[in-house]
Amino acid sequence: MEVAARFNITVTGNASGQPMLFAHGFGCDQNMWREVAPAFADEYRIVLFDHVGAGGSDLTAYDEERYGSLRGYADDVLLICRELDLQDVVLVGHSVSAMVGVLAAVQEPERFSRLVLVGPSPRYVDDGEYRGGFSREDIDELLDSLDSNYLGWSRLMAPVIMGNPERPELGAELSASFCRTDPEIARRFARVTFLSDNRSDLARVPVPSLVLQCSQDVIAPVAVGRYVADTMPDATLVMLDATGHCPNLSAPRQTIEAIARFLPESRGLRAS
Amino acid sequence: MTGRVVAPDDASPADVPADELYDAAPCGYLSMAPSGTIVRANRTLLQMTGYTTDELVGRRTFAELLTVGGRLYHETHFSPMLHLQGHVREIALELLRRDGRRLPVLVNAQLVRDERGTPLVVRAAVLDASERRAYEQELMAARRRAEESEARARDLVRTLQQVLVPPAPPTVPALDVAGVYRPARHGDEVGGDFYDVFQTAPGTWFVVLGDVCGKGIPAAVVTALLRYAIRDAAVSQPTLPRLLDHVNQAMLRQGADRSATVVVLRLDRVDDAWQVTSCSAGHPLPLLVPAAGGDRQVGLPGTLLGILPETRLHAVELRLAPGDLVVLYTDGVTEGRRGREFYDVDRLRRNVAAPAADAQQVAQRLVDDAVAFQGDTTRDDMAVVALRVTD
Repeated sequence: MEVAARFNITVTGNASGQPMLFAHGFGCDQNMWREVAPAFADEYRIVLFDHVGAGGSDLTAYDEERYGSLRGYADDVLLICRELDLQDVVLVGHSVSAMVGVLAAVQEPERFSRLVLVGPSPRYVDDGEYRGGFSREDIDELLDSLDSNYLGWSRLMAPVIMGNPERPELGAELSASFCRTDPEIARRFARVTFLSDNRSDLARVPVPSLVLQCSQDVIAPVAVGRYVADTMPDATLVMLDATGHCPNLSAPRQTIEAIARFLPESRGLRAS
Repeated sequence: MTGRVVAPDDASPADVPADELYDAAPCGYLSMAPSGTIVRANRTLLQMTGYTTDELVGRRTFAELLTVGGRLYHETHFSPMLHLQGHVREIALELLRRDGRRLPVLVNAQLVRDERGTPLVVRAAVLDASERRAYEQELMAARRRAEESEARARDLVRTLQQVLVPPAPPTVPALDVAGVYRPARHGDEVGGDFYDVFQTAPGTWFVVLGDVCGKGIPAAVVTALLRYAIRDAAVSQPTLPRLLDHVNQAMLRQGADRSATVVVLRLDRVDDAWQVTSCSAGHPLPLLVPAAGGDRQVGLPGTLLGILPETRLHAVELRLAPGDLVVLYTDGVTEGRRGREFYDVDRLRRNVAAPAADAQQVAQRLVDDAVAFQGDTTRDDMAVVALRVTD
């Protein structure tokens, strides 16, 4: 299948601008960026996509082995960059995709000019001195929560998620299907996300990076954000006065301003 | 009890007197500021959680009332969905009560925005779902058990099929032999097709291919019986018709109650050439493709096995030269259908006639083509054995 369809790629903004690639985290899809990405559209070429298994991606492209670690997701990011011939990319990654971005930048540093990591955590589970904020049991409990909530997931929704053009009447329901994922894929993605350990990759990122940290985030606590910024060779930590793990939704203005300040070329943003 | 109408101004609870409809509603009800902090809660919710108003309002966020797994779910799904679509429905969570006990709940929530679209308040209804959760957990457990037992069944089928069909035929001097077996549909059932290649004396080899009527364990039992009865009779019986008649008697004696078709080739190495005897018991006749060109079916039809006490079977002899190819196959290949059309012997002949590097390629290409013809929904299993004289 065409790469564009596999990842449900959306390209908007300034066609001749520097590319800004937004990667969503676990639990939702590219809609996560709808309050933030448009602010950069005048200046940047905005590229949005859904990870395989999420949103409007091609579910049949899901491969247990490829997506058995975050490296598979990082390979996808690089694949998208190659396919669209993106150079000098500003990669904005939320949650687990912050680490996906880190892995991609370690692998092909020449491809990226800057990284923006929104709520990053290189390891969620506590490990010796390191406090990720969760125990292994907590993660198992999350997997149980996923199971209970996907009981209501209907196979009927699958064509919508896959964007089946033969059944346009289902399109109306699309608006009600945010964050819906195939339960089996969601379970695997959750396991890969919350059991990952990318602490050793942080020091190898040669690209200037911004860490956006919410003041109260149960998924990526402040101490973890600080750890990320301290461990990366060239990273700046910016605290956002926001609760929760999704400042891109709950505090879009602050998020936009922090990113804009980090991008030296940015001028005349729509939001400012 | 007085029924006053409550002004929908939850964001400033001090101005709104408590109302019985609200407080004693048959579900927990709470309002949160956009930050998540609880700004109002009804009595039912207090009872569900075991907290007092003072302990909740202005002090705790909704997420803090959840288990850790629930908090993760809240951050990754509940909250994003609420922002993106303005509401969430029937989210299953567990409340962590003040006394440490857990209460399974279902939550519906609505995000209220002001006219400029800025989030004002989130209102949530919380329903006790203890019984539903117990029932769901039983469903989940049942589904896991079903998946496990399905996986075990598949393993068993694969193992059983490997016993019935040799993964790789033995090496025969001056003969390139290959067999391909393909199960029907998803391979979740043992099929009735089988083949076997074995030696009975120096220079004497048998190639057997057969098809037991039906599928599943009962067919597998007969397949196993047949395979060993044939090996036994290949040593004890002097001719192929006697061999197959012997097998027929064994099937009837065992009360197998299931017919089978079998074709047997006996190959004798004589003066640096292969002398071949072929006999078919109700089975599609082998196809001979001489190195010199052309092709023909070898042998005469005979009685199928396992039904009648008397058999009428005929052996034919042929001599194979280097490059000659013989193909044995089951009806799963030729009777594979696309709509009303059969794959048929003509397609088989054309496929087999194409140049091939070795016997493996001949057999595999034929099976692949027959599968593709049927559009990947094969109703019957298939077995093909190809043998080609190498020198």
